[in-house]
Parts: sequence; C-alpha cells; structure tokens
Amino acid sequence: MSHLTFRNSPATGGSPAFHLRWPSPWTTAATLTALLVMTPILTVLGYLFHPGSGTWQHLADTVLGDYIRNSLLLMAGVAVGAGSIGITTAWLTSMYRFPGCRLFIWALLLPLAFPAYILAYTYTGMLEPAGPLQGWIRSAFGLGYGDYWFPEIRSIGGAIVVLSLVLYPYVYLLARAAFLEQSVCALEASRLLGCGPWRSFFSVALPLARPAIVVGLSLALMETLADFGTVDYFGVSTFTTGIFRTWYGLYDEVAAAQLAALLMLFVFSLILLERWSRRQARFHHATNRYRPLPEQRLGRLGAWSATTVCLLPLLFGFLLPVAQLGLWAIQTWEQMVDASFYTLAVNSFTLAGIAAVTALFAALLLGYGKRLHPTRWLRGLVRIAGMGYAIPGMVIAIGVLIPFGWLDNTLDSWMRDRFGVSTGLLLSGTLFILLFAYLVRFLTVSLQTVEAGLSRVKPSMDEAAWSMGQSRLGTVRRVHLPLIRGSLLTALLIVFVDVLKELPATLVLRPFNFNTLAVRTYELASDERLADASTAALTIVLVGIIPVILLSVTIAHSRPGHAKPA
Amino acid sequence: MRNQLEITGLSVRLGGKTVVKEIDLALQSGELACLVGPSGCGKTTLLRTIAGFEQPDSGAIRLHGAAIATTQDSTPPEKRGIGMVFQDLALFPHLTVAGNIAFGMRGQPRPAINQRIGELLELVDMSSLRRCYPHQLSGGQQQRIALIRAMAPRPALLLLDEPFSSQDMERREQLVQEVRNILNKDKITAMLVTHDQHEAFAFADNIGVMNKGRLLQWDSAFDLYHRPQSRFVADFIGQGVLVDARVVNEQTLQTELGEISGELSRRLPPGSEVELLIRPDDIIHDDQSPVRARVVNRLFRGASHLYTLQLNNETRVLCLAPSHHNHQIGERIGIRLNLDHLVIFPQEEEELSQTTKNGQTIRVDERVNGYNRRLIGKS
Repeated sequence: MSHLTFRNSPATGGSPAFHLRWPSPWTTAATLTALLVMTPILTVLGYLFHPGSGTWQHLADTVLGDYIRNSLLLMAGVAVGAGSIGITTAWLTSMYRFPGCRLFIWALLLPLAFPAYILAYTYTGMLEPAGPLQGWIRSAFGLGYGDYWFPEIRSIGGAIVVLSLVLYPYVYLLARAAFLEQSVCALEASRLLGCGPWRSFFSVALPLARPAIVVGLSLALMETLADFGTVDYFGVSTFTTGIFRTWYGLYDEVAAAQLAALLMLFVFSLILLERWSRRQARFHHATNRYRPLPEQRLGRLGAWSATTVCLLPLLFGFLLPVAQLGLWAIQTWEQMVDASFYTLAVNSFTLAGIAAVTALFAALLLGYGKRLHPTRWLRGLVRIAGMGYAIPGMVIAIGVLIPFGWLDNTLDSWMRDRFGVSTGLLLSGTLFILLFAYLVRFLTVSLQTVEAGLSRVKPSMDEAAWSMGQSRLGTVRRVHLPLIRGSLLTALLIVFVDVLKELPATLVLRPFNFNTLAVRTYELASDERLADASTAALTIVLVGIIPVILLSVTIAHSRPGHAKPA
Repeated sequence: MRNQLEITGLSVRLGGKTVVKEIDLALQSGELACLVGPSGCGKTTLLRTIAGFEQPDSGAIRLHGAAIATTQDSTPPEKRGIGMVFQDLALFPHLTVAGNIAFGMRGQPRPAINQRIGELLELVDMSSLRRCYPHQLSGGQQQRIALIRAMAPRPALLLLDEPFSSQDMERREQLVQEVRNILNKDKITAMLVTHDQHEAFAFADNIGVMNKGRLLQWDSAFDLYHRPQSRFVADFIGQGVLVDARVVNEQTLQTELGEISGELSRRLPPGSEVELLIRPDDIIHDDQSPVRARVVNRLFRGASHLYTLQLNNETRVLCLAPSHHNHQIGERIGIRLNLDHLVIFPQEEEELSQTTKNGQTIRVDERVNGYNRRLIGKS
C-alpha cells in the first residue's frame, strides 16, 4: 500500500489531495476481525492433532460408534424426509394452479420460524401417554395405558420427523427457485418430444434442479448436525450431546474438543458438497431467457390432492404446534408471565440486539474492506470468516471457551503474581464470550446481506458522486446509505432472531444466573414442564416469523425473468 | 484561443505497467474531441487520470492554465470541476431524474437548481419525466439523463467513457449526433473515449488515435483517413490495402498498377522499397479503363458494392463501386486509380500485429515471390 500518502497541494490552496486508495487501516482492521472470528474454528481443528487423553480411548471404545451411527442415520432420514417434502411442494407451487397455491408459496416457509427443539417439546407434550391424543384414544376405545401400540416420539425416528418438518423449507426454497429459473422451453421441448408431465418432471425438471436441491439438502443436513435441543431431549446420542456430556459430565476439554473436531469433519464434507453443487448449478443454466411459467390447471381431484399435499407440512410443521403452544400459553401464562419472565425477555432481546449490532459492524468492516481492497488475501479471509454459520453452535462454544479460558487463567495468575489481585474469569465468565460466539456463528448472515447490499453500489457510482463534487463522507451519506439501508436493516433483524433462537452456545457460555428465553424453555422442558415452557417458546416462534416474512418479500421481488427495479 | 485542457508528457502506471506513455495534447474551449483505439490501448486510463481517479507518474494536466495533476500533487476529483459520463451510466437508482440531475449542484439556491433542471430536461426533450426513477426509463433516456446530470454543474470539461457502447449500432450514430448538438448548444468542452471510429467521426472535431499507451496521431477525421502518419492509424481508421511500390522520383511510384504520380507523404530516395496505402475509394470502377482486375469477393452494401479485386499478380485491392454496377465473382472489370496524395510507408517498418485486436480488422498475409502483401479490410 504505497499509494496511501496524503499530499498537500499548494496549487489548489492547500486542500488535501490524496491518492484514491483508502487508507490501509481498512485492510488491517478487516484482517484482524477475520482472524479473530477464525480463532474458535482453528482452535477446534487444532485438537485433531492433539495426542488425546485417556477419556478419548474410553469414548472411542464405548459411545463414539453410537454418535457416528446416530448422526448418519439422522442425516439419511432428514435427507429423505426434508427432501421429499421440499421437492414435492416446490414442484406443485411452481407448476400448478390449485386452491390456496398463492398462499402456500410463502406459508410453506413458516416452519422455519420454529427452532427444532421447540417443535420437539411441543410434539412430546401432544403425543406422550398423558397427552391429549393418547388420552382421547383411551377414552374413545375404552383402553388402558399399554393396551395399544403407539409410536414413541422420543426416538431417533421422532427426531427425524421433527427435523424434517423444520428443515424442509431449505429444500423447498432452493428447489422452487431452480424450477422457476428453468427455461420453460426445456419443459415444452420435453413435452413435444413425447414425455408426459410426470416423465417430464423426472427426466428434465428434476435433473436440471438437482444441484440446487443438493445445496438445499446440504444446508438442512448442516442444521441437523448442529442440532442439540432435539436430540438431547429425545435421548438420541449424537456428536453435539456427546460434546456437552464430555464437557460437563467428564470435565474433559481435550476429548470434548476432539469430538467437536470430528464433527467439523462431517460439516466440512457437507460444505464441500454444497460448494461443488453451487458450481454445478451455474452450468445448468441453458438459457438466459425466461418467461412466466404457464401454470397448469388441475382437475378437481388433482387440485384438492395438491392442496392437501401442501397443507400437510404446513399443518404439522407450523399450525398444529402453534395452536398447541397457544393453548398451553393461555392455560399457564398467568403463572408464567411475572417479573422473572420480563427479565428473561429483556435479557434475550438485549443480547440479541447487541449481537446484531456487533455482527453488522463487523460485516461492514469486512464488506467495505473487501470492496476497497479486493485483494486475494482479503477476499480469502472474508470468505473464511463467513463460514461460521455452518459450524454447530456447540462446536463454536468449545472453540471459544478453550482459548478465552486459557487467556483468563494466564492473565489471572500473572496479575496475582505481579499485583496480588485476582482478575478471575474476566472474559469467559461474562457476556463477552457469549457475544463473541454469536459473532462467530452469525457473522455469515450479516456479511452476506451487507455484501449483497454493497454490490448494488457500483464503483462507478462512487466516481460519479466524486466527479460531481461530493466528498468521501458525502458519497457514503448520499449514495451508499440510501442504497444499502434496507440490507443493513435486514442484517440486523435476521441476526437478532437467530440469536434469540440459539440454544447450545447460549447454554454452555452464559454467565451464572443469566437466563434467556431459549435456555429457560430448555430448562422447563427438561423438567417435563412443557406447558409452562409454552409462553417463552411461543415468544421465540412469533419473533421467528419476522425473517420468514422478509424472506418471502425478497423472493417475490427477485424472481428471474421479471423486471427488477435497479 | 486559450487552451481549456492541456496535457504535457503524461505517463500513468497501473499495476506495475505503464499504460499511458508520454502523452501531449490540448483542447480548446468548446472543442469536442475523441480518443479512439483498440481495447487496452490506455484511452480509458487517460480519461480517468484527467478525471482524477488515477494519478500521473510523470507529466502534468492543466485545466484553464491551473495544474490539477502533476507528479507532486493532485486535486481530488470532487474539486476538479470535471464532469464524467460513465460506461454503465452510474445513475443513482434511489433518486428521481430530477434528484440525479440536482446531485452535483449542491450549495446553489433551490430556484437556480430547479431552473437548470428544467432547462436541461428541455434540451433533451424529457421534461415530462422529471419525477421518474432511472429503472422506469429506456436505455436511450437513461443515457441522456446521465449526460445532462454530468452537464448540470457546468463542468469546465466533460468526459465521456464509452457511454454509447451499450446501444445498438443503428441507434448509436443518431444518439452521438444528438449528444454532439446538445454539447454544442451548451458550449461544453468534451472528450469522448470509444473504440468505434464511426462514433468518433460523428462526434468529434479532432480525434486522437491511441495504441499501446501512445497517442499516435491527433487530427481531424478527414486527415486521419487520408493522411495517416503510421501504419497503425492507416489500418485502424477505415479500410484499405498496402501495396508494394518503389520510389521512382519525388512524385512518382512504380506499382503493379503501373506508374502513379502524386504528392508523396514522405521523402525517400529513388529506388526505396515502400508500401502504398490504397483505400477502397481510391480505386474507381471504370468499364473504359484498360487496366483489368478479377473480382474475387463482393459485399453488397445497399448504396454501394465493396469488391475485392485481384490484379494480374496476386495483389488484392478493395474497390467501392456504385450499387448498380453489379459484377459476378470471376468477372474481370476495368479500374483506374484516383490518387493525388500518396501515403507510403517504408518496407522495413515495425510489424503491425496488434491491429486485429479490435475484432474489426481482417488481414490476410500472403507471401508470394518473396513479397509481403497485405489485405486490410474492415467489414
């Protein structure tokens, strides 16, 4: 960066004239931020090469096989479940006209508002022997408990169903986008070449959309691997519960970190699959010409079957559980909504607000750094710093605790030796560490949104503003801000809601006696007080609807082939 | 008259490469100039250096006699008072047409701004679209708004960076002339950058041809076509063929078309081997002429036919004939030369390998009897 000098210009009356690269503090600050965010990931990966403790051998002999088997089974089940629901609903809503299809286009996204663990608690409450459904069966048929067979929801099968219901929208979103992007010509050509609608779907539309579907599936599977609340509650041993147990039950940070590192390897293979599929997806675009899809009308029977098929995931993934939560909340809110509930809400909202603002500033720093100095180095760093979302919260919690715990202990002993003062757990015992973990995990979200916003400000617009007499600051204020304001708000909102829903990292990293809505829901559910948990759970779900609305609005505005306001 | 813009010995390095080399040029007040050259020749960098987005490594730029960029210091672009129309127009999508035009006039009283906006919109015949947003306008309308936005603060100099390249060919020439008229009406000094010579002809009083960072020639369109000073300019501007010739005396050349007399473009001793530039309009189709050539290719262009003719000895020339002279391939037709200024280049001059880069030039190299003949055609 040799061109960054400010020079005095006597010819123009001493006004500062400078070379048009921004000062290098941008690069430095962006680099530091990126490195900081990468610390937990690198820490955990570092343990892959650790010789290991005795516990590791013990884990490997006993439960590790279970962890791997259960994780693989869960992934396979969710892939089938979320995949089939997502693809079917995406195909129906993009190709056919049937009662309610306009509504389903956005309503099918609603299950995204549910954190999987809350859906798990709700269904357990509904389906357990003492719950309303089994009670009705017993009274209607005059049966006693144990006289009949009823599926056990707290099992790996139950976890697959719950996760599929919450995660199918990822597949739905990407598959639908892919179906809409396909040139109608390909489908029409296939029809003219003698394929019926069904064969056209299987031999043309589905293969064309396959890369997008794989991207959606790999996102859903990353979430499956990251899930802690559901599998913990259903007693299914996976990596996340294993890490938690090793950390808190066996107090073995090395073994916990090694489990986390192993889980990361699973995640990385999914990331590679996703990246590879995204590249494939680019080659699958045959034409750039789009037409609005001619929606096909269905016969009466077909139409109502389509409606039913789309209604089922919406019903079981959103409407029923919300109704159940609402019912419980009505019964219990008078006892539950008290001063401590307000504290919970204030804690959650404050935490989420601070995290959202922090993530936004970090994203702006990285986004502007990359825009002003698009060097290979900075581009690579920003890309790695934006990977946090793929890393399970439990892994990030471990990756944050280990280095900060070490830092605190080192500082503490140094201060005691030097000044006789104990600083205690200065960072790892406070909210700082939790906010940092949020930053690592959710920077991805704000970074993507900020970068999308900044991409609307073309470099020539900066130059146009300068050539019309605007200073740098004036350009940011009068050109950048109006153009990226919407993106900044979106970034704030999405991170806010994500933090509110986050469970595992919060559970591990929160300071003593500090509770949030998510943690309280977890605690009450663990005590089998499902109805009591409903008020907090319902709050989380209702706030979770906000990003779903944002998402559906964005989609409505960005359909390919439609004129997009610049 | 005083020079509005004066550039002396300007060189610019970008990413370790010198992309603009020792350029001198001057623009008079109200002059419309143009830089043409193949892509990568440095013309856009030169423009961006004038605007203040790149810094000179040597030389100076003066506006109204005051230095705005030297190697020691440089006025920032927002203080230069130079307007620019960008290749992608760079209209602000969040502002209306009026908002975009007013953007550069901050600090002036409201009524003055409104009056200027009205005046400019009238100039481009778009008064009714004052409240539209850029995405509601057609491509040509966006172009005109980008133009008057840059004109609004009455810049001392207006730079245009290939703003017409996104328009289709047919609209382009018309649009360029419109812009020329608008700029002339407002007495604005402007410099256009383009790779399209027809755009340059339609726009500029004076045209500079650039190649590999150097300004090869700065002249009127007529002189660039008829008196090119280098092979590159001869090749880049217009169509033509280089034919082997030998200097007989100060006024005469011996060629395969016979002896040709006229004013030679440079003085060379008798006996020198040279190449003579022959434009398609230098060869006149004349059925009476004893000189015959065989038609090897023809291109119908509506008002005219462009024939590729082969002389007795493999040399090929181009001939522009009126459209109704319809001859078939293989026919032998009469031609005569109509040349008074003979543009010649010495044989051993440097090779022109870069000319095919702009995609418009087709060159066929033929080596016959040790002679190197070139057919340069632009379609």
